[in-house]
Amino acid sequence: MLLSANLFESGVRIEHYMTLATVLFVIGVFGVLYRKNAIILLMCIELMLNSVNLLLVAFSTYFGKADGQIFVFFIMVVAAAEATVGLSILVLLYRNTRATDIRLFNKLKN
Amino acid sequence: MSLEYIFYILGGLTIATALMVVLSKHPVRSVLYLVLTFFMITANYVLMNAQFVAIVNIIVYAGAIMVLFLFVLMLLNLNKDNEPRGSALATIGSGVAAGILLVVLVAATRDASIATTELTEQSANAGLVENLGQLLFSKYVLPFEVSSVLFIAAMVGAVLLAKRDKQNAE
Repeated sequence: MLLSANLFESGVRIEHYMTLATVLFVIGVFGVLYRKNAIILLMCIELMLNSVNLLLVAFSTYFGKADGQIFVFFIMVVAAAEATVGLSILVLLYRNTRATDIRLFNKLKN
Repeated sequence: MSLEYIFYILGGLTIATALMVVLSKHPVRSVLYLVLTFFMITANYVLMNAQFVAIVNIIVYAGAIMVLFLFVLMLLNLNKDNEPRGSALATIGSGVAAGILLVVLVAATRDASIATTELTEQSANAGLVENLGQLLFSKYVLPFEVSSVLFIAAMVGAVLLAKRDKQNAE
């Protein structure tokens, strides 16, 4: 073991990690609502995915089962695929509109 | 007792850097703060003895995905001057909405009763590479193979999208 003591027997409770992950998720949601740059939006989505990863690993450690960490692995796979496709769509949009402002990307409306 | 202090310091730093991602006006600075946030989350994984996930988080997230973001950001030549801004009303509205979401989520999970478990010597080592590898290639081998198909699809999609049209180029 890397650390000598188990984390959840040393005063840190699982509720602490639930609160931390919730706060990180809400920061991601706030970023999606607040920022208008499409690249920052993708980054905030990554932040939300990471908060879920953190909670999965916390529960996996808490219950001593490895299944949660396998799910983290799959979430990372999906996040990597999402980031590549999203960024290539953004590059394509930038080539046509010369901007990354999401308010300009309503061309398909109506 | 000392692990508790480490948790509080790490948690505070994680939230602070995550907030800086959203609040900093310069896009490149946002990406760098996001890398810092991922490093803080990795430190949390190390604290929980999830070594494989910690290493993969550094290599895949802080290494590959964030370099991709930084690359696209510098390619598009975005800076502070042409950073799009929302109206004041939208800012206040998003802050209120996020605050309400935080209150609701915390209130919903506050009274949750979580089963207590006693950890054995074997389950304390759940996050080691050996354990995860055995689980990944036995119980979760089908999702593992399906994820490779997903990667092929993403790769083809990215190349197809980023490729310049022959007719447009002329």
